[in-house]
Amino acid sequence: MTEANVTHGAGPGDRPDGLQGVVADFASDQRAFKNVHWGKAMMWIFLLSDTFIFSTFLVSYMTVRMSTVVEWPIPSDVFALHMFGADIPLILIAIMTFILITSSGTMALAVNFGYRQNRKVTTLLLIITALLGASFVGMQVFEWSKLIHEGVRPWGNPFGAPQFGATFFMITGFHGLHVSVGVLFLFIVARKVWRGDYDVGRRGFFTSRKGTYDIVESMGLYWHFVDLVWVFIFAFFYLW
Amino acid sequence: MASAEGQQHPLGIYFKIWGLLFILSAMSYMVDILEFQGYLRWSLIIIFMMLKAGLIVAVFMHMVWERLAIVYAILVPPLALLVLMALMAFEGDYTNFTRFLYFVNGSGG
Repeated sequence: MTEANVTHGAGPGDRPDGLQGVVADFASDQRAFKNVHWGKAMMWIFLLSDTFIFSTFLVSYMTVRMSTVVEWPIPSDVFALHMFGADIPLILIAIMTFILITSSGTMALAVNFGYRQNRKVTTLLLIITALLGASFVGMQVFEWSKLIHEGVRPWGNPFGAPQFGATFFMITGFHGLHVSVGVLFLFIVARKVWRGDYDVGRRGFFTSRKGTYDIVESMGLYWHFVDLVWVFIFAFFYLW
Repeated sequence: MASAEGQQHPLGIYFKIWGLLFILSAMSYMVDILEFQGYLRWSLIIIFMMLKAGLIVAVFMHMVWERLAIVYAILVPPLALLVLMALMAFEGDYTNFTRFLYFVNGSGG
């Protein structure tokens, strides 16, 4: 792929900054996003669309919670676990939150070591990230089966407003699906890094374009986004 | 090409943000443990949530180091969601009002 018609310089200061830079970049009659690999720009645009999907879920959750005349179940009690002879509120959710943040940290480090072409450390960090993500999904499965056992269904539950189950399964289910897909791709990228695909520019599946370490950064963007969505779910669904 | 377009920063900043995210998560969990209620609870939840989201997008997703063209292209469109949120808040409030009027008070058919 030839990049000959992209006139962004190597150093800063070659193009204007600030608002003038925005206008100059978009009006440059070339690709608008300078210094950004096309794969990364596409990942960002995908994440933007995903933002709208999750937001519509959360907004519909807000709507049903505002409009119901039945008491909304108290998440603090519903998600409490009986441990050490006492009910600890939200403990599993708190652990899941910390696990996801930790995995986000290891992912950020993986991207960094990827650009240093340190294959061993990058692979290790990617696998740690994937395992943390898998344990997150495992805890979510535990949480789901516990709630299903207690009689929570998409159409009703013993604690209060029937909409609780519908929104809970929809929102956390869709997030859990994102984490699961992320884990799968983390293992795929880890294998490619380990094999040295991004050092030699081996052609990948799907697009058959030459892979570079930008793919690790795009993977990172996706994974941080999953963490980001959880921040909002944690705040609006579990704490509110 | 990777070195020309990739994001490369010292490791220290990632560890700092990592620590901050841990602290902020612990603080938002404390809101529940300490059983704050009402506007204090809601405002604290929102503040910690926005701080965490901002740190993740800015540093982990490298937005502070990108050119403004992509920053605006990605971060401005979600503002439209505030309009949807406002509309649905009115809608939810009205539905709640009519349900109370007709179902709970039982004055309707």
